[in-house]
Amino acid sequence: MRNNQQATMQLIATPIIPGAAAGRALVSNEPLSFWGGYDYRTGEITDRRHPLSGQIAAGCVLCVPFSRGSSTTTAVLLEAVRTGAAPAAIITTGVDSFFALASVVADVMYGKPVLVVALSPADFARLRSGDWIEIDEAGQVTVETEREGNDPSHR
Amino acid sequence: MLAGDRGPAAQMAMSILVRMARVYGAAELMDISGAHIDSTIYIGEAGLEYAERLASLGAKVAVPTTLNVSGLDEQHWQEWPVPRDWAGKAHRQMIAYQSMGAIPTWTCAPYQTEWRPAFGQQIAWGESNAIVFANSVLGARTERYPDLLDICCAITGRVPAVGLHLTENRAGQVLFRLIDVPQAIQADDTFYPVFGHLVGRIAQDRIPVIDGLTVAPAEDQLKSFGAATASSGAVALFHMVGVTPEAPTIQAAFQGRPPGQIVNVTMDDLRQARRELSTSEGQQLDMVVLGSPHFSLAEFGQLAPLLEGRRVHAGVQFLVTTSRGMAQLAKAAGHLDPLQRFGGRLTVDTCILATPMLPPNIKVLMTNSAKYAYYSPGLLGTTVAFGSLQDCIDSAVTGRIVRDDSLWR
Repeated sequence: MRNNQQATMQLIATPIIPGAAAGRALVSNEPLSFWGGYDYRTGEITDRRHPLSGQIAAGCVLCVPFSRGSSTTTAVLLEAVRTGAAPAAIITTGVDSFFALASVVADVMYGKPVLVVALSPADFARLRSGDWIEIDEAGQVTVETEREGNDPSHR
Repeated sequence: MLAGDRGPAAQMAMSILVRMARVYGAAELMDISGAHIDSTIYIGEAGLEYAERLASLGAKVAVPTTLNVSGLDEQHWQEWPVPRDWAGKAHRQMIAYQSMGAIPTWTCAPYQTEWRPAFGQQIAWGESNAIVFANSVLGARTERYPDLLDICCAITGRVPAVGLHLTENRAGQVLFRLIDVPQAIQADDTFYPVFGHLVGRIAQDRIPVIDGLTVAPAEDQLKSFGAATASSGAVALFHMVGVTPEAPTIQAAFQGRPPGQIVNVTMDDLRQARRELSTSEGQQLDMVVLGSPHFSLAEFGQLAPLLEGRRVHAGVQFLVTTSRGMAQLAKAAGHLDPLQRFGGRLTVDTCILATPMLPPNIKVLMTNSAKYAYYSPGLLGTTVAFGSLQDCIDSAVTGRIVRDDSLWR
């Protein structure tokens, strides 16, 4: 099934909220506020100033450097877990306490934590929207990528 | 507490806090003497289930705790198309947090109430604009506490001993220098929200230091500046040299370290930031909204005389958002009658971003608030025009967006 453009990368992440997950990558270098930026019913990114505006992040591996702005981001992510429209995992470039907290509370309330891991900025920069990402309990990140053409959603 | 000796609610709160302390990499927990709860905003069923779970387990706050905006204006919601089902749930969430012994301030500007924190006080605050004001303007000490964690800190009276609670983490990181920005611009009431929007966008989650101001800002200007930095960025603390308490000098602001980055801010940068705050094109206007963060007594005092003898256009709504407590003070000062005669309305304890009150025909907003300007397109699906207080009033009267751009050309 593989063509020549496909390649596999192995990256080591720091597990913030450990677990195993897999999904299609949605990647941006722009931080994201879930309040005013994420529709917890559909998983759509609704911040119209954000490069991922209009994309559906439900079930995806959402890759943003950190959460921006409003402290209500956690509440919106918790709602998304309850409705089933949360990302399968979130990859950041540092310890993002907002994403982590929503995940901890989602575990306490619903037994469904969202996996959160952090990559180094250099490794984060190698991710592209559309990559297939698998993350294991130890923080090993396997990225299957197609390196053909430019991906306009990444900046 | 983890063992349950202070009851099941404290046990649940402490279990969340301890897991988060590990995430933060905290060596220990420390005591706080105040909290401000942002989790009061009704977002959906999960947040309500969380609040009612804690309340039903008998949760009580351990320190004086103020409450942020709610999802419902109990006094006026029926004048707007707020769905009854939403109102019921938002009200249940208010009751749940009040039942924990918190003070029903219902405001995003708790620093302008009698529970204003003192310099050096260790607190756990939610609400991004309140966090940045408490840290920067008052010199109180709080991390950026997210919704759901703030109440755990209030119930336990403890926080992870990390981040902005500790002196060494409060040093400036990015220096912003104003270069040839005229005094007339610095004195304009749109300067602080515009400048804050620019600083937040560049500083992101770092600590900005502002140098080069030639006009001393008023408290409400610092409020609008901070709210803007915490909307376009994740700023939790800024220093203004010669203005804020931890920045008597530039060396003090950076704790003797060199800035990690120096940003020179020119008129062109400010013009660009000002343009970014508006998304609307053309002159159509449906609603003017003021009061994010919540309008203060001083702001009511500025607004009232500007409304005298004028009347809002029939096709435009004019709304001010504040808290019930501040509305009482404004009424006692005689500032609400001019607003009523003008044809303006008041919403208390919540705001247009926290309750679904806007009629569907409201498509274009105008505001002098960078925070409203930043969030309205994403949260409400409206377009927005940013302008000065005078621009907002003139536009409301004429029924279309008019702005005096003469200073900014």
